[in-house]
Parts: sequence; structure tokens; C-alpha cells
Amino acid sequence: MEKDQNNILEEITQQDYKYGFYTDIEMDIFPKGLNEDTIRMISDRKNEPEFMLDFRLKAFRKWQEMTEPQWAHIKYKSIDYQDIIYYAAPKKKKTLSNLDEIDPELIETFNKLGISLEEQKRLTGVAVDAVIDSISVKTTFSATLAKLGIIFCSFSDAVQNHPDLIQQYMASVVPINDNFFAALNSAVFSDGSFCYVPKGVRCPLELSTYFRINAANTGQFERTLIIADEGSYVSYMEGCTAPMRDENQLHAAIVEIVAMKDAEVKYSTVQNWYPGNKKGEGGIFNFVTKRGICKGNNSKISWTQVETGSAITWKYPSVVLMGDNSIGEFYSVAVTNHYQQADTGTKMIHLGKNTRSTIISKGISAGHSNNSYRGLVKMIKRAENARNFTQCDSLLLGDKCGAHTFPYIHNENKSSIVEHEATTSKISEDQLFYCKQRGIDSENAVGLIVNGYAREVLKHLPLEFAIEAQKLLAISLEGSVG
Amino acid sequence: MLSIKNLKVEIQGKEILKGINLEARAGEVHAIMGPNGTGKSTLASVIAGREVFDVTGGKIIYKGKNLFDLSVEARACEGIFLGFQYPVEIPGVSLVNFMKTALNEQRKYKGLDPIPAKEFLQKMEQTKKLLEMQTSLTTRSVNEGFSGGEKKKNEIFQLAMLEPTLAILDETDSGLDIDALRVVASGVNKLRTENNTFIVITHYQRLLEYIVPDFVHVLFDGRIVKSGGRELAIELEEKGYEWIRQHT
Ligand SMILES: Nc1ncnc2c1ncn2[C@@H]1O[C@H](COP(=O)(O)OP(=O)(O)OP(=O)(O)O)[C@@H](O)[C@H]1O
Ligand SMILES: [Mg+2]
Repeated sequence: MEKDQNNILEEITQQDYKYGFYTDIEMDIFPKGLNEDTIRMISDRKNEPEFMLDFRLKAFRKWQEMTEPQWAHIKYKSIDYQDIIYYAAPKKKKTLSNLDEIDPELIETFNKLGISLEEQKRLTGVAVDAVIDSISVKTTFSATLAKLGIIFCSFSDAVQNHPDLIQQYMASVVPINDNFFAALNSAVFSDGSFCYVPKGVRCPLELSTYFRINAANTGQFERTLIIADEGSYVSYMEGCTAPMRDENQLHAAIVEIVAMKDAEVKYSTVQNWYPGNKKGEGGIFNFVTKRGICKGNNSKISWTQVETGSAITWKYPSVVLMGDNSIGEFYSVAVTNHYQQADTGTKMIHLGKNTRSTIISKGISAGHSNNSYRGLVKMIKRAENARNFTQCDSLLLGDKCGAHTFPYIHNENKSSIVEHEATTSKISEDQLFYCKQRGIDSENAVGLIVNGYAREVLKHLPLEFAIEAQKLLAISLEGSVG
Repeated sequence: MLSIKNLKVEIQGKEILKGINLEARAGEVHAIMGPNGTGKSTLASVIAGREVFDVTGGKIIYKGKNLFDLSVEARACEGIFLGFQYPVEIPGVSLVNFMKTALNEQRKYKGLDPIPAKEFLQKMEQTKKLLEMQTSLTTRSVNEGFSGGEKKKNEIFQLAMLEPTLAILDETDSGLDIDALRVVASGVNKLRTENNTFIVITHYQRLLEYIVPDFVHVLFDGRIVKSGGRELAIELEEKGYEWIRQHT
């Protein structure tokens, strides 16, 4: 019987990655390797102002002094940073009338991914910034948003058109020397999304960035900066996929969020980078630094993530709760299968009074994978009456996978309260039998149970994303019953 | 409908069913009684297809098909329903969603399209009314935090939604209060047709006052040692199992 379940598990986990195709488009690609010249070339290609080049070079020099972090519960062959291409961009076709004309192949790619770059799809109410390899290829709805004073564009465009905002806020949340991968990103980042929501404006659309790695041997280093001015609100979604390749590809991104007084930012991610094959070959190395700061009083930042992809995930979306009464939230579902490894969690840094944070983490491991939650809750002396609630659950499918939790708590304050709950469970044979007795086969039963398990997190996703995420959860675990 | 021949079942090398014979035709209600631990639930589980048990002999024919050739879910889709003695909780999965999934899976098996949302909701409302069920139960997670009685009622709710041809109710009466028992029993009676069969496992003849069986079987130490009509249940209640023990 035990064997039976593992068989089912194996079948389910044999599902193929559905976004693994490659688009053949003309690319402008740099040679492999990284030195100051590479950085100058990137900056030059992007026609950047002086301050950007200085920023990059400063970061590069810092990065050279740093070493790759070793503390995460992950194992991988060391990365040869000279064996990576740091810039790859779809070549713009010489166009007829419209300079914004995109290669039809690219549009086709995004159609395959279910993302429309055409603004006709107004009804969906989602504005998209599509980033392929290093370059933002198209931002939709910019004009509509501009009427409200909302800036939503590629990071490169923001550097050109809003240098003041960039200079003021870039690296204000994640300093260039924050960590090894952040420094690398700061040196070589190619593009990403930028968003500014002015005072008192509630952004009427879900903003969304879609990241796609396409070219081989390329690293993807994008950078997102979101600024929500006083009393504003914005909900932001990020999705990602990549072709199937035998070699590992590096993705080292930075996301910075600034929420001013009374502002609220919701950031949702469905991460579905190629996870590698069943033997653990290939897949994306995902080393990402995401951090938000609740700068003003009564501000709120909430991260929701569904992580199903990547060979390695190293990611800790965090909130610095600086303003009094500010709120930080982290809702996460991380699924690992085959030989995937995830070390993910959050940091909630309470600096202000009456600050509150909530952490709900659901790890689901199958196959030979390893899934770790790592979280830090810190409350400084000044953070009177701060509160944190952490719930950290692991679900194991099968007996070859691992689940780990590393919660760190530093509370310097007597009036503050930190609550931590943790559970580890398996899908029970009774639950499966119950579902099957009602006519639901194992595969669907696992999908149902896992989605139920993750519901507390999924309910925080915007509707468009929630449905996709539910399917994704079922697919990434198809067959895995333990 | 159902024909069980000399069924022998073991678990972990221990023989539990030692040659069960049972014939149940469409339109009939069979009651199975017997002391704790004699194998009533085991029999129900084996009919439903639970893999933990090793079938070492005999066969079960259902609607002309050898049940051992069918998976658990295929048996369910063929119309076999088990009302569990201990219904399990499925956190985060709402009863509505669970029922819709189950119903549609069963329809898919029969080559039917998914049930239209409106029709489904109507059916659910009617069924809830039939069983005098609290409306909020269906939006809650399956069995999570349900009281003992609510869990049992929920089994009958699912039975009514899925409309099986062979329903096995494993001690559905235990845990129900007097009123709930009457509601559940009258619900079951309304679902009875000449095309379906009920097997009711119970310890108390009280249930059988409401759901009147055509046959009563006494399962004792892995065998059906006595079969009779409705009056056998009354006799059993009066005389206790000691009486059976002496006569076998
Ligand atoms: N999974 C199992 N592992 C080991 N023994 C089991 C298992 N399931 C059932 N048994 C044993 O099989 C025997 C029959 O159990 P079963 O549940 O069928 O009894 P029952 O007649 O339904 O009893 P009750 O009236 O108490 O519900 C018992 O001795 C029980 O301990
Ligand atoms: Mg029993």
C-alpha cells in the first residue's frame, strides 16, 4: 500500500513542464563574462545617465569583495560567474511606422504563456510589463494609468524619464552591498519594472510584470521598484517561466517597495521558472532579494507568493516596519518536487510602535526535494507593542523528501508579542480513500487536498492569479501522494 | 445487485473475514449487526476497495462486474457509496467544492458534461433542506470542526447528492440525536427506490424502526452466523450477543 502511494506520487511528479519551449528571435547578445567593461557596455547599450553607470560600478566593486552566501539549506555546483552572458535583448526589427512594433514571434511567445500584450483585453483589468531575457518588451495600459498620475513603465524608461525618482529610491530598501546577489544585480541588472503611485490614488488595475528567460546561458537580473505615495494603493503581480534547458541558469532579481504614510502595497508572485528535470538536471537558480519598507505610519505591505518552479529558490521577501502602526504580511506556498530545493521565508523587522506582522508559510515537498522555511522576526526596543504571528506548516508527500524550519526571533522589547506555530503533516491514506470513495481519482484528490492545505495563502492572491496558482499547484504535484 | 461469495480478508496476517456470503438485490435494505470488532467496517471497506486489506479468497460481484477489477474511484463512479463510520476532515476544501468535484468526476466517468453551476446549487439547496442541514456547513471545510452528528449527517448529504445504487451506511446512527436520527432516516427512506440497495450497519435496532430492513444479518467473528427478517434485530436487542454465541 505504501508502495502504491509512492507509485502514484511518482506518476504525478512525472508531469512535464509546459512552458519549456524556446522562441527563436534575433537577439543582441554580449559575450560571456563579467568585468567593468561588460558593465560599461550594458550601461552604454541602455544609453544610461552617468549616475547609473557610477551606481553599477560601485556595486560591481563591492560584489568583487563579497562571497556567495553558504548558510542556506541548499546544495549546488558552484556558479562560474564568468560563464554567464550578462546581456541578451531581442533585437528591435526595423519597423515601418510604429517604433514600438514588437517581433511577432515575441507576441506569439507571450500568447503561449497566456499573456496578452494587446491592450484590447481591457476587460481583464491587468496592466502588463513583459520582460524577456534582459529587456522589457512592452508595457500595456501606460497611457490609461498616466491619466491618474501613475507611472508604470520599464525600469530603463524610468531611468530615462524619471531619473529623480530613481535616484531617490533605488537601493534605498536593498542597499547595493546588502548581499552577494543583490550586489551582482545592482552591477548588471538589465531591466525590470517601475511603478509610482501618487498621493491618494488607488490604482484601478492590477499591475503585472511577466518575466521570461529565453536565451541560453544567460543570466536574468531584473529590478523592480514600486513606490506608493501617501494614502495610495496598488496591487502588483509577478509571473515567470523559462525554457527547459540542461544547464542551470541564474536569476538574481531585486524588488524594492516603498510604502509611505497610509499607503498599501500588495505584491503577489507566482514563480514557475523551469524546475529542472526528474533527475535534477537543469533548472533555474533563483536567488532573489525582495524587500519592502513601510516608511510612513499606518502603511501596509503584503507579500503573497506561490513558488513552484526553479531548481533552487533562495528568497526572503521581507518588510521593514518603520512607521508606527504599520503592517507587514507574508503568505507563502512553496512546492518542491523531484530534486528541487527551496530555502524561502521572510524577515519582519519591527522598528515602529504598534507594528504588526503575519507570516503564513506552507511548504509542500514531494519526490527527493528539500523545502525549508527560514524566517526572522525582529523587534527593536523602540517597537513597543509590536506583534507577530507566525504559522509555518509543512506537508510531506512521500518519504524521500525533506522539510525544515529555521525560525529566528529577536525580541528586544517586553511589550511585544511573538507567536509561532508549526506543524508537519502528510496527506493521510484516510483522506485519499475518502476522496477516492467519492469518485475522485488520486491525482485530483492530491490536487484538491494540497489546494485546501494552501487555501489560507491562495485566498490572498488576486483572482486572476488564484486560478492559475491552483492549477499550477495541482500540476506540479500531479501523482504525488505520500 | 451485489453478490458476495465466500469472502476471506486478512490484515497484517490476521484473518478478519472468514468466508462471508451475502446476496442483496435492487430495492432491498439489508441490516448488518454484530459485536465490536467482528469485521463489519472491514466488509464495508473491502466492498469500497480499500487497499489496506488483503483479500485471500472469494469474490464480490456487483452489477455483473468483478469488483476486484475496479479501482476505488471506479467503484464509486459505478454507484457504490460508503457512509463512513469515522468521516475524515479535509482542511481547506469546502464541502461545496468537494461535492462539485466528486459529482463531476462521476459524471465524467459516465461520459456526461459537468453539472451546470445553477443546477448544482439548486440540488445542494434541496438536499440541505431534505436533511434539515445548517446552510453554513457546505461552505465550511469538509468535516473540519463538524460535530459528531454533523459529520454523520454530512455523509447522508453526500449520499443524497451522489445518488448511488449501492449505499453502505456504517453506523451512521451513532452520534445522531433523536431528532437528527429521524431526519436522516426519513431522508434515506425518500432516497430508496426499487433500483437501489442499502446496507445499513448498526448496533441499535432503533434505527431499523425508521429504516425498515428486508433482511437482518448477524456478523460474528468474521462470519454471517444468522440471517432473518426485521424481528431478528428485536430479538437480538432483547437477548444480546451471548444468545448468538450459544447458538453457533
Ligand atoms: N488497519 C487495521 N490494522 C489492524 N487491524 C485492523 C485494521 N482495521 C481493522 N482491524 C481489526 O479488524 C477487526 C475488525 O474491525 P472492524 O472495524 O471491521 O470491526 P467492526 O465490526 O466494524 O467493529 P465496530 O462495531 O467496533 O465498529 C478488529 O479487530 C480491528 O482491530
Ligand atoms: Mg465498525
